[in-house]
Amino acid sequence: MGKADFNLQSTGELRIELSGSWLLADEIPDLARMQKELTQSACQKVVLTEKELGEWSSPLISFLLRCHEICDSADAILDTSALPTGIQELLRLSVAVPEKKDARRKQKGKSTLYVIGEETIKFVRGTFQLLAFIGESTIAVLKLLNGQTRMRWRDAVKTMQECGPEALPIVFLINLLTGMIIGFVGSISLIDFGAAIYVADGVAIAMVREMGCLMTAIIVSGRTGAAFAAELGTMKVNEEIDAFTTFGFSATEYLVLPRMVALALMMPVLCVFADVAGILGGMLVGVPILDLSTMEYINQTINSFDGVDFAIGIIKGAVFGILIALTGCLNGINCGNNAAAVGVATTSAVVAGITSIIIADAVFAVVFHMLEV
Amino acid sequence: MSDTPHIEIRNLTMAYESFVVMREINAQVKRGEVFVIMGGSGCGKSTLLRHLIGLKDPTEGEIFYNGGCFTSCDEDEREKMMQRFGVLFQSGALWSSMTLFENVALPLEEYTSLSKREISDVVSLKLALVGLKGFDEYYPSEISGGMRKRAGLARAMALDPEILFFDEPSAGLDPVSARRLDDLILQLRDNLGTTIVVVTHELDSIFAIADNSVFLDAQSRTMRAQGNPREMLEKGDDPVLLEFLTRGEGRKPLSTTPSA
Repeated sequence: MGKADFNLQSTGELRIELSGSWLLADEIPDLARMQKELTQSACQKVVLTEKELGEWSSPLISFLLRCHEICDSADAILDTSALPTGIQELLRLSVAVPEKKDARRKQKGKSTLYVIGEETIKFVRGTFQLLAFIGESTIAVLKLLNGQTRMRWRDAVKTMQECGPEALPIVFLINLLTGMIIGFVGSISLIDFGAAIYVADGVAIAMVREMGCLMTAIIVSGRTGAAFAAELGTMKVNEEIDAFTTFGFSATEYLVLPRMVALALMMPVLCVFADVAGILGGMLVGVPILDLSTMEYINQTINSFDGVDFAIGIIKGAVFGILIALTGCLNGINCGNNAAAVGVATTSAVVAGITSIIIADAVFAVVFHMLEV
Repeated sequence: MSDTPHIEIRNLTMAYESFVVMREINAQVKRGEVFVIMGGSGCGKSTLLRHLIGLKDPTEGEIFYNGGCFTSCDEDEREKMMQRFGVLFQSGALWSSMTLFENVALPLEEYTSLSKREISDVVSLKLALVGLKGFDEYYPSEISGGMRKRAGLARAMALDPEILFFDEPSAGLDPVSARRLDDLILQLRDNLGTTIVVVTHELDSIFAIADNSVFLDAQSRTMRAQGNPREMLEKGDDPVLLEFLTRGEGRKPLSTTPSA
């Protein structure tokens, strides 16, 4: 245990005698006495001595540093010359560079107005970033259509491989289950009306028009959208995106466009598989529960939807693909420059991706309703 | 034409939002000079470099290349100026999805009309210059940090730039490699007439390569000196600068100062 004996001399000196062991596990004496003497009495000098001082480490130095600070604020002299040189050296080092006054974080007591202003500026800045990004992406797409793009098709093909075939098992599984759920819910409600056969219609239309592309988009957003954000975010941290900029290469054309193209092409393909999986799922549930033959179910399914329904699902899939690529890349490119920021970028990419998919789906529903298709 | 400075910084103020990093920086760099931006850690050296290569816009002041304003011209002109830069980032910043060959070849494919074979020859040459012959097909993640840095240099040199920028070139290199890099910098200056801007605080490097320099001081948030660091060491009387140039040991007799 560390011990400090305070002793006020008749000369006005405060003597502090240190003894015992001053290790991290030890109890460290308190400095209230010293503070009191310095503020209340006429004490102008503090002399530190030691007697049978045992092992010591950082606690002793931080104790001395506190002494130093107290003496400083009371304009008293601190005399450590009687202590071992090792201790004196460490104390000297820790006070050698004065505290940088403006380096300490300001207290968080911001007024409401300040916070509102700050958030508004952030929001406006974010909106401008988004608009600029959409503008740049549009230009990149126009260049692609004009055949002037510098995009490397190699990158697009590689991304297609990653977000298409490799996502197939999970897309198939999730849509199979979705089809089963719709089939099950449909069976329970329609069997009461003696309209069991229409379960096939319900599953087919729901999957082809709505659920197939929606479920696929959500999976791809969590899988590929997040991957885009993490990849571009890490590139940002590694200054790779800066390297593109300094070469005068457009990051949009090199990084965003191939990903957008890949997803816009692969999402429709995934949607076709999703439709098939969903209908299969509905059949797996519907046929045994409703006592239908497989052929009956398949015929009913084929007659239930037409090319327009199918096309709607596919078009939506492509649009969702573009939205996922855009939100993923936007968050990646605007990522801050540390590891935590990459995590934040990935999270916001998935959140923004799924939100924009659902909003787009709602818009589609309204538009298709107005077009009566 | 010959007496217009290659790079001119006029009254530059750099800030992150409302936090001013440095103010009133003025400097001129002649063609074919090695210009060192030096100063203590965290004083804004790299920030100044980011302004010079167009990754950040100044809060105030201007930067000129060959007498043409870089900071207020339009996008196309700026891009044209940037094509004459080569930048070596602190950790190399190689594009991780491409092999070393593709990294060096990409600028050539984009900005020259060389044939595939010619490009391949140039890439081999550049990789050989930095001692990475035979590593064409490696990805950046498969080589060491020092090698990545050298590959980054090969990429920066791909288009034979007029100005090469180095961000802490010797950080993370062993002493021998660091020395070789210094020699390479001098050779580029002497043989190709490249103007070279280096951000560093390595004293050995500074004395070995610098023709000209600015010293940035974090305390006063501005530049404290411009000139040849060897001359500054001999004649300078600014205590902060001398402390920096002598590792805080004070000026020694001239015979023991490091020599080029």
